[in-house]
Amino acid sequence: MSSILPLSRRIPRIARRSTLPLSQRWSTSISQRPGSDRVRFPGAVNSKFTTEMSFINPQDMPSIPTYRVLDSDGVLVDKDRKPLGVSNEEILVWYKNMLTVSIMDIIMFEAQRQGRLSFYIVSAGEEGISIGSAAALTPDDVVFAQYRETGVFQQRGFTLKNFMSQLFANKNDNGYGRNMPVHYGCDYPRTHTISSTLATQIPHASGAAYALKLQSLQNPDTPRRIVACYFGEGAASEGDFHAGLNIASTRSCPVVFLCRNNGYAISTPTLEQYRGDGIASRGIGYGIDTIRVDGNDIFAVYEAMAAARALALSDGGKPVLIEAMSYRVSHHSTSDDSFAYRARVEVEDWKRRDNPIIRLRKYLENQGLWNEDLERSAREGIRAEILREFGAAEREKKPEIRMAFEGVYDEVTDEARGQMGELKRILETYPEEYDLRAFERGIEGL
Amino acid sequence: MLRLHGRSYSTAPTPSARLNLPIDYKSTPLLHHTSTSLSNAFDLPSSSTSKSMNLYQAINAALRTALSSSSKVMLFGEDVAFGGVFRCSMDLQTEFGSERVFNTPLTEQGIVGFAIGAAAEGMKPVAEIQFADYVFPAFDQIVNEAAKFRYREGRTGVNVGGMVIRMPCGAVGHGALYHSQSPEALFAHIPGLQVVIPRSPSQAKGLLLASIFENNNPVVFMEPKVLYRAAVEHVPNEYYTIPLNKAEVLKPGNDLTMISYGQPLYLCSAAIAAAEKALGASVELIDLRTIYPWDRETVLDSVKKTGRAVVVHESMINYGVGAEVAATIQDGAFLRLEAPVKRVAGWSTHTGLTYEKLILPDVARIYDAIKQTLEY
Repeated sequence: MSSILPLSRRIPRIARRSTLPLSQRWSTSISQRPGSDRVRFPGAVNSKFTTEMSFINPQDMPSIPTYRVLDSDGVLVDKDRKPLGVSNEEILVWYKNMLTVSIMDIIMFEAQRQGRLSFYIVSAGEEGISIGSAAALTPDDVVFAQYRETGVFQQRGFTLKNFMSQLFANKNDNGYGRNMPVHYGCDYPRTHTISSTLATQIPHASGAAYALKLQSLQNPDTPRRIVACYFGEGAASEGDFHAGLNIASTRSCPVVFLCRNNGYAISTPTLEQYRGDGIASRGIGYGIDTIRVDGNDIFAVYEAMAAARALALSDGGKPVLIEAMSYRVSHHSTSDDSFAYRARVEVEDWKRRDNPIIRLRKYLENQGLWNEDLERSAREGIRAEILREFGAAEREKKPEIRMAFEGVYDEVTDEARGQMGELKRILETYPEEYDLRAFERGIEGL
Repeated sequence: MLRLHGRSYSTAPTPSARLNLPIDYKSTPLLHHTSTSLSNAFDLPSSSTSKSMNLYQAINAALRTALSSSSKVMLFGEDVAFGGVFRCSMDLQTEFGSERVFNTPLTEQGIVGFAIGAAAEGMKPVAEIQFADYVFPAFDQIVNEAAKFRYREGRTGVNVGGMVIRMPCGAVGHGALYHSQSPEALFAHIPGLQVVIPRSPSQAKGLLLASIFENNNPVVFMEPKVLYRAAVEHVPNEYYTIPLNKAEVLKPGNDLTMISYGQPLYLCSAAIAAAEKALGASVELIDLRTIYPWDRETVLDSVKKTGRAVVVHESMINYGVGAEVAATIQDGAFLRLEAPVKRVAGWSTHTGLTYEKLILPDVARIYDAIKQTLEY
């Protein structure tokens, strides 16, 4: 059989890269040396020959451990550990941010039940993951999130007015009233607008991280930035997860992937989602630095993200995977009744047993930084502020009708302009068939 | 994936509105409100029994019939085991076991690829995609594999007939960008696929059973999710099928032919009632039922009779089903046309949350199209 291409073109040449230790690479040659005791070609990873036939059974291996700093009583597990390196003031900000997300969740879930907004998703039990991880980012870092990371927005400075404007799709909403509730987005600190589709943001994060890496190479004066990418363990079954991690690994992208493993993808428990050692085990397969953390422990999450961020910027850039474990104590969304597929007692057990907010509160109380009076006044203040912004946002006008057509392309096409004219003719011909009072400037907004 | 609440926010826009009123599914002539009209409609013996049910219950009944009729039938997808997010697979795992009814991991390309493999080896897989908006990771499997399987295999004769990909589609009032889409035109562009959209519970059961048992091609079966709870009618209890690739004249008429499918048929029916009353015209209404390959003969025969045609669908007008139907009509009935074929469809934009009612076809726009076409 003759070869179609000359040999030199069929086998890619492996160049030396300074970003990886030499021991992991083939210096100049990729040919198999006569008498070698190892398989040596690209992808064979220096594998030793063996005469012992044995299949690797993952169940024989120990599970990847879970990093924690605080136990469920809010006490440091390792008394001799180094200091946390975070001020008490900052920890109190985290705590109040967790309270804010939690109180907003309760109010908005109830508002949806009353029909005042069409949809909502809470993040109960996962506040520690989103706030602790976002606390380790800089405002210049870029975030791609899923839809259960309200705490990331809260920690990055998204205001209650921002939240409420989006939830009520009013004229102050960054998304021009186009998206379902909880699909927040923010220009700076750059936190890309949420898409309902699962896992699509994962390869975006890789590409964005590569862009940041190139920009930093081209302009060494710019601050070095990473991308943080959030998703759930269910989303990690999508092809985009595998594509995103693999390409980030091969292109050495400075991105931290943070998987929130909450045990459920709507009704599907993790047992029917995967059989391996969680999501963390997959990072290893892609050659990615990986850690599993206790998601109810905000200190563990913060420290893991801070270390992951430093790792992601080391060696010229590389991806890191964090798997944060925290049981989903909430329903999937306002459209879901999770007691149709899991026992109420299971949920109540988890709620009672552990919770990132209560755990941090215990720590703060142990330190003498918090007490029942502070708790009550903080809750009352947060609640009042949320309700004030809720009322203001609910009363606000919707954006102008033209925003239905704008933004599809950079400029409205001739076709769409014609359709806007036709819609206007219909609205003028049949005024009694349309109520346009909610829209800013009514029919004039078209 | 997100899930939608079943409630409807629809109310009359103003007290004097007479066109854009909420569809009254309890009185629409498109549903079998009693069992008496059923045996004629489906050519069933007069002894057959029926039960009143909504669309998700009819899908559930069809799947139950299919699973008990043949051990080759399998049912799987995301959250199928507990009954599915729209309750279409309720109790089926309990009744038929987790070997044939099961949850899959969250991967649409995996679900469809898995179905193709199972069909190629003789099973009849019914794969559920949770929302049509989420089918796109499976596009490669559908377009390059399911559609081309028979053609590629050639003399081996292997094909993936008997596989059905079910998915809820269409707008519900608050689904925005990712819980509203109707991508039938994208699938109808692909030779090798059959694209079916039922309009009602009884149609859904007959068409779904035909897709599984009486058809040897891969079927994309799109269920208008707004009808899951809203549309209630009598559905025969026994096994019956409705032929694919066959349109149905729902209402005869002489002056204009209206062609649609799925949920907008209810809007068409209301617009026709208003137009016939106000304009004194008689309008024929056709349900395509199968979007591709479609029943050109029924449509052309009708337009040759009426001389006027309006096509209505929910998804975007650009390169949509209406373009294909309109082009076929001008090609096959040009000399009989008294007016240009008109299309009423979603505007060429995304389904922005706040703007849904202004973007998608409504009774007023359909009424206006009838009026303009008659007065041309």
